[in-house]
Formats: sequence, C-alpha cells, structure tokens
Amino acid sequence: MKHVLEFEKPIINLKEKIAELKKFTSESELDLTEEITTLEKRLEELEADVYGNLKPWDRVQMARHPERPTTMDYVEHIFTSFIEFHGDRYFGDDEAIIAGIAYYRDQPVTVIGHQRGKDTKENIRRNFGMPHPEGYRKALRHMKQAEKFNRPIICFIDTKGAYPGRAAEERGQSEAIARNLMEMAGLTVPIICIVIGEGGSGGALALGVGDQLHMLENSTYSVISPEGAAALLWKDAGQAKRAAETMKITAYDLKQLHVIDQIIPEARGGAHRDVKQQADYIDQVINQSLKKLSAYTKEELLERRWEKYKVIGEFE
Amino acid sequence: MAKFMFSKRKKYATIPSEHSKVDVPEGLMQKCDKCHKIFYRKELKKTLNVCPNCGYHHPLGAWERIESLFDEGTFKEWDQKMTTVNPLDFPGYDEKVKKDMQKTGLNEGIVTGHGLINGQATAFAVMDSSFRMGSMGSVIGEKIARAIENAKEASLPFIIFTASGGARMQEGVLSLMQMAKTSVAIKRFSDSGGLMISIMTHPTTGGVSASFASLGDYNFAEPGALIGFAGRRIIEQTIREKLPEDFQTAEFQLKHGQLDRIVPREEMKDLLTTLLEMHEKGRSKA
Ligand SMILES: [Zn+2]
Repeated sequence: MKHVLEFEKPIINLKEKIAELKKFTSESELDLTEEITTLEKRLEELEADVYGNLKPWDRVQMARHPERPTTMDYVEHIFTSFIEFHGDRYFGDDEAIIAGIAYYRDQPVTVIGHQRGKDTKENIRRNFGMPHPEGYRKALRHMKQAEKFNRPIICFIDTKGAYPGRAAEERGQSEAIARNLMEMAGLTVPIICIVIGEGGSGGALALGVGDQLHMLENSTYSVISPEGAAALLWKDAGQAKRAAETMKITAYDLKQLHVIDQIIPEARGGAHRDVKQQADYIDQVINQSLKKLSAYTKEELLERRWEKYKVIGEFE
Repeated sequence: MAKFMFSKRKKYATIPSEHSKVDVPEGLMQKCDKCHKIFYRKELKKTLNVCPNCGYHHPLGAWERIESLFDEGTFKEWDQKMTTVNPLDFPGYDEKVKKDMQKTGLNEGIVTGHGLINGQATAFAVMDSSFRMGSMGSVIGEKIARAIENAKEASLPFIIFTASGGARMQEGVLSLMQMAKTSVAIKRFSDSGGLMISIMTHPTTGGVSASFASLGDYNFAEPGALIGFAGRRIIEQTIREKLPEDFQTAEFQLKHGQLDRIVPREEMKDLLTTLLEMHEKGRSKA
C-alpha cells in the first residue's frame, strides 16, 4: 500500500503485527495460531469500526486519494467500445474533461466526465481535472449530439472545481458554466450524474444537472473546497477539517439535504481498494436509473427534472 | 453627464416608508468612493448614486432601483415575507441574517415583483449587495425561480439586476444548487418564448455570474462593475501573475465578448423601455 491515510494507521499497524506473527509461526516451533486468530478477529472489528465511522474529513481524504479510480477507470469497466471525441469547435480541446460514446449493455450512450491524471505529467496535461470554458463547451456539444441521436447521457463528476485562471475568465468561464446548466435542463434524453471523487463548485455542477444524481459513499460535493471555505469564513485555510464538518459535504449530508438520489456504496477501505468491485456497484445503479428513466416520455422527463430542482433549498 | 438624463422619467414610484428610512442614512454630505469629491446626498440621490464628477456608479439599493425604473405606484412585490432559515445549522448564521435584516430593512438580498416601466408590464428581480453581500442562498434562488415561473404564466418579460459576491457559504451545497434551480427555470421560460434581460451591477461574481446573470437574451452591465467567476486574489495566487487593473470589469467583459452593452444608469430606463416595446411589437406581429 503506497498511500496510507492518517485514520487508517491503526489498521495498517495491526496488519503488520499479524504478518509478523505468521512469519514467526512458520519459521519457529511455536504455534501462535490462536493469537493470530484473535488478532484477525480484532482486525475485522477494527476495520468495520474505522471504515464504518468515517468523519467528513476522512472522506475528503478518501475522495482525494491519489489512487482513487478516475472516470476513465470506470469507463473501462462499465462500458464497451468507448470512443473518445475531442474539442469544443470554438477554441480547443480541454483534456480536463473527456467525452465520447460507448455501449452500456448494448445501448449506445454518451459518456462525459472530469478526468484527473494518474501522475504528475498526465495531471499537468489534464490540469488536475480542473476545466477551462472549452471543457464545458465540449461537454455541451456532446450532450446536444446525444440528444440528437437519442442517447442517454452519463456524467462522472470528479473535479476540485473550475480552474481559477486568467485565460478561463477571458474566455467566459461564467457563461460556459451557466450555459451548461441551462441547456442540460432542456435535453430530452435521460441524464445520470455520478460524483465519484470531489465535486467542487460550478466546475462540478456544469456536468451535474440531470434526472438522477448519485454519489459514491466517500465522495464529496460542495460549493467550495474545505480549504477555501475555511479561508473565507475564518480567514484560516488550516481550519479545513472544521469546514468539512460544518459545510455538510459528504454523500450522507447531501442525501439528508435531499440533493442526491442515491449513495453508492464503496469497497471496504475505499473505491481504490477494488476498482472492479466499485465499477460493479456503479454499474448496478446506472442500470436501475436507466430502466427507471427510460419509462418516461420526453415531456415527462423535462417536467420531472424541473420538479427535482424546484424543491431544492430551505426557507420560511 | 447628459442634461436629458431624467427627462423621460416622468414619475417616481413612492417607496414604502420602512424602506426609505434605511435607504437615507444620516449626514448631509457624501464622498465619492472613486474621486473622493464631496457632494450633497440629495445631489447624489438625483443622479441615482452616480458621481457627477467622475461618473462612478455607487451601489443602488433594491428599492432605489425599483423607484428609478417603475412607473409610480405600479410595482407589486412577490414573496415579500419569505425569509432565510439555517439549513446546515451553521453556527452564527441566524444572527448574521437577522442583523442584515435590521440594517437593510429587507428580508433578504433580493426583491422580486412586477410592474410597469413606462407603461410596459414586466416581471422583475433586483439583488441588493448590502444584504450579506448579495450572496445567494435558498431564498434568493427560490424567489428568482418563482419570479421566472410567474413571468412564464403571465407571459411577461423578466428583467433582473444582479449584485452578488457569489454563493452563500453558510448554506453550502444548497446555495450551489440554486444555480441549477434558477437555470432550469430560465430554460423553461426561454423555451416558452419569454424575454429575459440581465443587468449585471457591481459586483456580480461566483455562482451568480455562472448562472442566471449570464443567461439573459441580453446581458448588460453597469460601467465599472466587477464581473467574473473566480476572485482576483485566488487567480493571482494560482497563476503567480499580477492581473491587469481592468481585469473582470464590465469593460473587460465587453471586450471579451461576454456582454451585449455597457449601460450607464442614466440611460437604463430608456433602453429597457425601448427593448420591451420592440419585443412586444414583434410578438404581436407573430
Ligand atoms: Zn467621483
């Protein structure tokens, strides 16, 4: 295991101890089977306890885990014949977002998602999954095409947020995000959005207006990063942990706030522990969602989409 | 400043007394924020808070804006009593909102309603940056969405003046979702043939600029208004580069193709009147 998160350390320590005892047993006359069994039982309990009681800040760490599967990892497991297409036709190709078509169980679909890099080099190319306006415009171009050819749209959300850069502002970052929100509202094909890692602010929302919104158990969705919130609210980015709790950004929080439809469970210890298993969990939810949504007429779809967003928010 | 500036505005709307009380602060004189020249308050009120010397557009309160545009006695407010709750149980949020309610005389950072602009009926929303910096929470999203739906039902145009620092932090993701909610409402309105005019005033940033403010059939701005998504400081930190003085001003946005026009406050009513008339005529020909 390359990356160990702070809260996982007791688990790792215990695992090492068990390995040590096993090694000792195999190399000496002493039979420690009983002790090993006890420790393994404790490990089981400890894992259940730690992973079953993750605090918001722990989940932020999970969502940001360097080995956390990306959009492309899930595309490979869930879809077949994925063909990626590039460019927004106005300015360029933003590799922070990928888009293309594929089969989902024999049904052609359009797949769009933020794409982080696996290493520094790829991250630079993909701008750490933080889009410029051309990324949103590429996404919208593919969504319109999906509508034309009657393909459901599946969006994977995984970004720290829109890129705060000069060029992004000069090319109409605000307009590009706003345009997507508005146009996604009117697409006459089913749209399923799944937050797989970090869902940060307008950059996430620009792929996030749809009929069903799901979140992986350890993903987050927020108006601003915990660090950004802490800096704004308490003038201290160091209070990110406090912000993660106060801002209510976990899948469980969003379910409670009636913003998302379903929490997709994660493999124990996080999605990165078992990509295939994780892809299966996501696959099941996509399948259910598509079945449900394909029953609606275009008019019903749009009316329900409005009803869905209409009720979000609390006031007196 | 042009002499004809208020010639076409025949009548003023009367402001309810509880609003005028807070809109007219103590003191006889006021200093221009830009050129620092001192003026009588009455003088600035006449020019709608535009500096007679340098033309700087000082913020205009929601009710002052309404007074400056609508025919006297025609503006009827919607959802006046809607108030903010504390959906995340955010510490200190209730107190902050209460304080701004007292300070501004408003229930939230927005007023919505309908009335006549030189005889032309329109639905209307105006944000007020003196209330929690015009940040957008559930109430603002809901009132805008309802105003747009009302406009759609009544086949009225929809005019919105934005002024917002962005998302309301204390409402977290619910604030973010108001961007989606208002945008879905605008899509429905637009598809029904509705005319939407957005006027961005200082400041229009963050989630507000990245949703309804940018979604008008016409997008205007007041001179010098700050308009943009990300904040200047965060951009400078990210790209390690000093940004030009005019970065994210209305003039910058016009140059980069993001605005239809920059409209000085003195010309606003005339322009809106002409646009409303043209669209009404076009519609009746259809
Ligand atoms: Zn001045």
